[in-house]
Amino acid sequence: MDAKEIYTRLVSQFGSERILAFRDDAAGDPFVLIRPESVRGVMQFLRSEQSLDFDFLSLITGVDYPDQLTVVYHLFSYSQTHKLVVKVELPRASPRVDTVESIWPTANWQERETFDLLGVEFVGHSNLRRILLPEDWDGHPLRKDYQQPDEYHGVSNW
Amino acid sequence: MQSYIDALIQNIGILQQVPPLIIYTAAILLGCAVVFGYISVVAMIMIYAERKVAGHMQSRYGPMRVGPHGILQSVADSIKLLLKEDTVPDKAHRFLFKLAPLLVFAGAFVPFAVLPFSEHLVISRMNIGIFYILSLAAIEVIGVIMAGWASGSKWSLYGGMRLAAQMVSYEIPMALAVLTVVAFSGHLGLHEITHAQGKWPWEWFASPLKSPFTAVGFVVFYIAGLASTKRLPFDLPEAESELVAGFHTEYSGMRFAYFFIGEYTAMYVVCAATAVLFLGGWNGPFPGVVNMLGKTFFLLFVMIWLRWTLPRLRIDQVIFVCLKVLLPISLICVIGAALQAVLF
Amino acid sequence: MQDFLQTEEILVNMGPQHPSTHGVLRLVIRTDGEMVRETYTHIGYLHRCAEKIGENLTYKQFVPYTDRLDYLASINNNLGFCLAVENLAQIEVPERAAYLRVMGAEMNRIASHLVSYGTLGMEAGAFTPFFYGFREREQLVAIIEKMCGARLTYHYARLGGVMRDITPEIARDTREFVRTMEQRWEEYNTLLSFNEIFIKRTANVGIIPRDMAIGYGLTGPCLRGSGVEWDLRKDDPYSLYERFAFTVPYGDGRMGTVGDSWDRYWVRMVEIKESLKIITQVLDGLPEGPIMGKVPRVLKLPVGEAYMRVENPRGELGFYLVSDGGTKPYRLRIRGPSFCNLSIMNALGRECLVADVVMILGSIDVVLGEVDR
Repeated sequence: MDAKEIYTRLVSQFGSERILAFRDDAAGDPFVLIRPESVRGVMQFLRSEQSLDFDFLSLITGVDYPDQLTVVYHLFSYSQTHKLVVKVELPRASPRVDTVESIWPTANWQERETFDLLGVEFVGHSNLRRILLPEDWDGHPLRKDYQQPDEYHGVSNW
Repeated sequence: MQSYIDALIQNIGILQQVPPLIIYTAAILLGCAVVFGYISVVAMIMIYAERKVAGHMQSRYGPMRVGPHGILQSVADSIKLLLKEDTVPDKAHRFLFKLAPLLVFAGAFVPFAVLPFSEHLVISRMNIGIFYILSLAAIEVIGVIMAGWASGSKWSLYGGMRLAAQMVSYEIPMALAVLTVVAFSGHLGLHEITHAQGKWPWEWFASPLKSPFTAVGFVVFYIAGLASTKRLPFDLPEAESELVAGFHTEYSGMRFAYFFIGEYTAMYVVCAATAVLFLGGWNGPFPGVVNMLGKTFFLLFVMIWLRWTLPRLRIDQVIFVCLKVLLPISLICVIGAALQAVLF
Repeated sequence: MQDFLQTEEILVNMGPQHPSTHGVLRLVIRTDGEMVRETYTHIGYLHRCAEKIGENLTYKQFVPYTDRLDYLASINNNLGFCLAVENLAQIEVPERAAYLRVMGAEMNRIASHLVSYGTLGMEAGAFTPFFYGFREREQLVAIIEKMCGARLTYHYARLGGVMRDITPEIARDTREFVRTMEQRWEEYNTLLSFNEIFIKRTANVGIIPRDMAIGYGLTGPCLRGSGVEWDLRKDDPYSLYERFAFTVPYGDGRMGTVGDSWDRYWVRMVEIKESLKIITQVLDGLPEGPIMGKVPRVLKLPVGEAYMRVENPRGELGFYLVSDGGTKPYRLRIRGPSFCNLSIMNALGRECLVADVVMILGSIDVVLGEVDR
């Protein structure tokens, strides 16, 4: 199935108040935008529905836009060989979204990385700690307004 | 040896004035010095040989810089080790930490008292020679466990524990393999065992023509010897990809060198003992010493060869090989050898 | 026994400085004697925040930085990033350049697998495979050095094409290498692959069932070792891979169970052979033509985003590129295959022996430069 068909399928399952939009106007991959509250339900559906069968979570990442923080999920299915990009938009001040760790174990580390570098809080994550940076690091470096500290434990960063 | 000294005292007048105790002590110290010099040289040669053989097996040259073809490499290394700082970790138990390398070295050193180089070139013709070697080899275990525990490092502790498990288990098949030979020689002395074998390979205990049981015993003894000297595929106590360097992780300088020389000396002892027990000792077509050294160094070469070819076993597999393979085989061999010795 | 013999579990710190952690990985293992009860993986010791660096550099400037991700397979990394940018910018790559990229990537794949062969042997305690692997790798690196002048960080694939054309001498050397490597491959198997002790150490160790492999997002030889017949070069071809004939090896549990360490090892060994086939086909069918497409001096990408994934020696290497129409990426996310492959370590490293942890880690074959980025 291509992305458009999957989108129609999702809308018929969850309704258009949860599945917000489908965009393929910009260059590159089309994506489906969903409401942050319904991430777990939609993802569970994408994973378990026979005809969709998204068994492989390729990538979770976040993008820091000026007015919101977007979390992007790249899904792929080995059996159906189709792919889908799902996005949720979160407020920059307190980005919170449900974890999908129980659906794909690989989300564990990828969500930790997104938390570490972008500060997205994944609710219900079993071990949401920094993964790449030291535990006592300040801030989230991939935020656009991130200020690099001058020193870390007396070691100059410059 | 004692008879030589007695003869010496009788022939040289001035020695009769000196109390015999002093002469004997001096003779013992002199003997120690000679053996110490000998094993240091042998260890150096072996370390050089190992690096050179390894190099050529791995399509490279090995040491090439110090002296022609790097023959002085071992000398350079020993000088380096002598000059290195001797560190003791904070968490170490200082006394045991310092004692351990000496124990390991001593364990490898004392068997030279009975190892014959030829019919007459031997320090002591002890009538329980092989028993003496096997029992004193156990000192090394204590030294290694001590080193592992006293270092205050978890990796060292692991190395010590592994060695304890490994060496204690492998002593059983080793001793049983010796018994197959003893069944024929009827004696524990190394001279008597050598005299029970002839000049040619088919007259040795390693030959199935002489006895199939001792031939199997030879293989068992050599494998157990590999295990007790911590050589691949049994080098778990110092498995560097798992335990960094095992029990000698924390040692430096001369103390490390003691472990090193101790290890190579233990290898030499095992190979020499194998040569005496199963390969006819100094018997052979050449003068005695040449035969003996030739056989010993051939066995050492096989050890080096195995080391640079095989991967390492896992601890459970090591114990499995010992208790479920070697032990039953060696028990059957002992019974078979005893029956053969009595009936034929 | 247990009433009067007290035993204690100890926590052991394996790394970040340890001979078998492939760099600066830190494993904390909770052990009960030789048994490992739990493994915790700590990463980040090599973190440079390559993604942040990417946001501050133009597209062309970032290509050499991709060399430093998986430093054993830099051409594959270059290729992934270049394809992502070219996809979004609609840059046409000449056929000859695409062929040369494939050749470079496959040579680099062999070089990377040779290192993996050597280190896995080393972890099993056999030293000689390491030197054997590096002997052939040296020959290969010498060829790549003639192609692009570097020995580790090649920067061979550039935006729009490749850096330099190959000379007849390089083609001759490469054919020579293919011949040698085919013979040596047999030698490798005699020395390590079918060695009884090596099989005992790897078969039935670190078994990853099919579903677990997919769930943990494993890719590359780790996924194929678990019996999934999936290779992006075959199933989602890029850079004209569809023109080359090769088979995709996958684990069949020949020595034990499907998905054990030996299967993963064997997949890599067979891949070396398949890569040799591809290299020969590239040399045979190399079309004439330019090696560089038309790339504007100041490259501006249209607004949009693209996720490009390529088959790197360790698995699916993905570049997620968000462009706001400027000369620099708005956001660049690198999906390192080693990062996802390593995440299974916590699940695999339990109720096994200390020696098994080392073998499992070796068979997953991570490069820390890419895990930490």
